[in-house]
Amino acid sequence: MQGIVADWSSDQRAFKNVPWGKAMMWIFLLSDTFIFSSFLISYMTVRMSATEPWPNPSEVFALTLFGEKIPLILIAIMTFILISSSGTMAMAVKFGYEKNRKMTFILLLITAAFGATFVGMQAFEWTKLIVEEGVRPWGNPMGAAQFGSSFFMITGFHGTHVSIGVIFLIIVAIKVLRGDLDHERPGFLTGRKGKYEIVEIMGLYWHFVDLVWVFIFAVFYLW
Amino acid sequence: MDYVAHDASDFARPAEVEEMELYHPKTFIGKYIWSQDAKVIAVQYAITAIGIGLVALVLSWLMRLQLAFPNSFSFIDPSNYLQFVTMHGMIMVIYLLTALFLGGFGNYLIPLMVGARDMVFPYVNMVSYWVYLTAVLLLVASFFVPGGPTGAGWTLYPPQAILQGTPGATWGIILMLVSLAFFIIGFTMGGLNYVVTVLQARTRGMTMMRLPLTVWGIFTATVLALLAFPALFVSAIMMMLDVTLGTSFFMPAIVSMGQQLDYTGGSPVLFQHLFWFFGHPEVYIVALPAFGIVSDLISVHARKNIFGYRMMVWAIVAIGGLSFIVWAHHMYVSGMNPYFGFFFATTTLIIAVPTALKVYNWVLTLWRGNIHLTVPMLFAIGFIFTFINGGLTGLFLGNVTVDVPLSDTMFVVAHFHMVMAIAPILVVFGAIYHWYPKITGRMLNDTLGKFHFWVTFVGSYAIYYPMHYLGFAGVPRRYYAIGGTNFIPESAQALNASITIAALIVGVVQVVFLYNLVWSYFKGKPSGSNPWSATTLEWQTADTPPKHGNFGETLPVVYRWAYDYSVPGAKEDFIPQNVPPRDVVLSSNKT
Ligand code: HEM
Ligand SMILES: [Cu+2]
Repeated sequence: MQGIVADWSSDQRAFKNVPWGKAMMWIFLLSDTFIFSSFLISYMTVRMSATEPWPNPSEVFALTLFGEKIPLILIAIMTFILISSSGTMAMAVKFGYEKNRKMTFILLLITAAFGATFVGMQAFEWTKLIVEEGVRPWGNPMGAAQFGSSFFMITGFHGTHVSIGVIFLIIVAIKVLRGDLDHERPGFLTGRKGKYEIVEIMGLYWHFVDLVWVFIFAVFYLW
Repeated sequence: MDYVAHDASDFARPAEVEEMELYHPKTFIGKYIWSQDAKVIAVQYAITAIGIGLVALVLSWLMRLQLAFPNSFSFIDPSNYLQFVTMHGMIMVIYLLTALFLGGFGNYLIPLMVGARDMVFPYVNMVSYWVYLTAVLLLVASFFVPGGPTGAGWTLYPPQAILQGTPGATWGIILMLVSLAFFIIGFTMGGLNYVVTVLQARTRGMTMMRLPLTVWGIFTATVLALLAFPALFVSAIMMMLDVTLGTSFFMPAIVSMGQQLDYTGGSPVLFQHLFWFFGHPEVYIVALPAFGIVSDLISVHARKNIFGYRMMVWAIVAIGGLSFIVWAHHMYVSGMNPYFGFFFATTTLIIAVPTALKVYNWVLTLWRGNIHLTVPMLFAIGFIFTFINGGLTGLFLGNVTVDVPLSDTMFVVAHFHMVMAIAPILVVFGAIYHWYPKITGRMLNDTLGKFHFWVTFVGSYAIYYPMHYLGFAGVPRRYYAIGGTNFIPESAQALNASITIAALIVGVVQVVFLYNLVWSYFKGKPSGSNPWSATTLEWQTADTPPKHGNFGETLPVVYRWAYDYSVPGAKEDFIPQNVPPRDVVLSSNKT
């Protein structure tokens, strides 16, 4: 506590040894937290004030495997994949700071692959809902129209975050492989020197997207 | 006697922050168009914001003309009037004031005042401006699409924002929502820069508690904006889906023009909550930078340290925090649970405490100061007047029982123009007169400036003071014409006409200001580097206007707070922040 006060009242930097990029990512994520909170709170509000019954998520999101209906199975796998990707991401950061180029590259690629799989499965889920169950943003046969509206909006917004993450993971992975970070090569757009920090900053974003998913999972599928 | 200073020491810790890598453009385009220099970006922001602000000003004339002389203008029909109201309000609040205070003054002043060479991520900062410009162009485009801009009011309340009877329901509303989304994305890019620059890139010796209040104001406002705009962003997305895909987030089952629409079961009050969760902090997003700037203007031009610096900082932070829990005072008549009214009225009155404290401190700073009635000082004092005025009517409206009969009347319009339109605009003017010499190296013309001040200040009172009475009499807001409404006395029409004449005069006088800006750029008196004998770092730069990189070869080191004016024992009546105590020239007549 005293340390915090001392840092804040000292000169030049409020957070000692936090690089600019990292500070910026943290503050961005704080802002993004407010976006997702607004989405989720709005979802809860429309769900509570909807005039028609809310469809039962464990039925809607069930998947028929080997002739049996298993509730939430797809979503469980998706969640598992995304959480695993957080693990590989954390390892990538560790190897990054050890300047182990090969391992960092491989782990970043695995993380990106997990992310892409997640988005792929989400696309599958959307297709199933739209084609088989007849769920549309403006209505569905099972009950309140807001079910489809909020579902597509929120998972879509989250999926966009994951997709953007995958793209940047690949960019960072290529930078690592080419050795841009070891040689401090200037970035294409910004002209700033490459540093291993960016792997960690990437990681912050990725863990955040993961964490948000846990909340979406809880209030959408389990409620 | 040795000189006594508030917070100064000869010691400065060694540098912790690395020298910033700057991008060095070689071409004209790189320097002035796709510029990564915060000072150029600031000017780009300012010019764009003032340009679109002029559109809003012209719209206000059209509205005033219609209110004063109904039935005389064939080109203003009721739909137009609503469109003018909407675009005027939205432009003034978001595209002018927010952009000008944060994008304009923030970009110019933050790096200079904290002693940084630039914002921490100049490239992102540059993109921020271009996204903002896109947002402005989208907004302007909505004037030219079929159906024209939206007429839903700047609050964009559904269901009517979406229904076909509202002007601009086909294209206008869509462009408005897209433009807002762009604005928020652009702002976020800039805002992250401002916050990180203040937190992590200050020069040696510059502690948070030595920052000038201008920086505190802009910094806190930026944090507020980063946390408040998300709610607007989300509501814009949801409304967009309601408009384009036919979802029913905000739309209940509804009959419009005799037809049952496909909407069902949505919640219009949800939109209001989201909107005002953004909307109330937004008031402080334009007010806090104004608070900060005014504190500095008063201190410099009264040659006195600001009274209660620490209190001022904590008041800014407290107001910022409280502003997130008062939003529903805009919704007393919305049909929300009436018990909320009690909670939100209480928090609203609590927020008046730190606000009043700031006002006392400004007045106490002036008290027995060596007041120079320069143009910036006049505007700063004008701000105190209008702000107190608008603040007092705010106390009325914050109470549920008083608000209910007054809501949606001209009283509300008078209140918020006093407190968040005229007051911050006066600060904008004061700030421009104050910092123009640093930006261009020339002074603005003093006589024109004083003329501009007096007409604007007195004129604003002539516009808004009588408007309170119109509100008491029951004249509703957002009405094209009141016609022969029985309960409104006929004299209201005469009052309306006089308000309009004042508004037109005030409007025309702004041309004098613009003329002054252009004329002084070429012909103004050269200012030297520190015309106001101010202490803060932006006045201590090697060149005026400062070059790319701000401070020449070496960065300044800070040894004291920003308010060492008239320090007893010192020879000069100000000691710049970068003068160490050992170098202070003492007055010769030691007593
Ligand atoms: C001298 C300059 C100005 C004049 C003459 C003026 C005049 C007006 C008028 C006539 C209205 C519409 C009243 C109604 O029928 O409801 C209005 C609304 C409004 N004005 Fe101004 N205004 C001025 C400056 C500003 C500024 C600087 C701001 C910046 C905050 C501002 C913000 C607003 C807002 C937010 C509304 C409400 C729009 C709505 O109801 O949706 N105005 N103004
Ligand atoms: Cu408010």
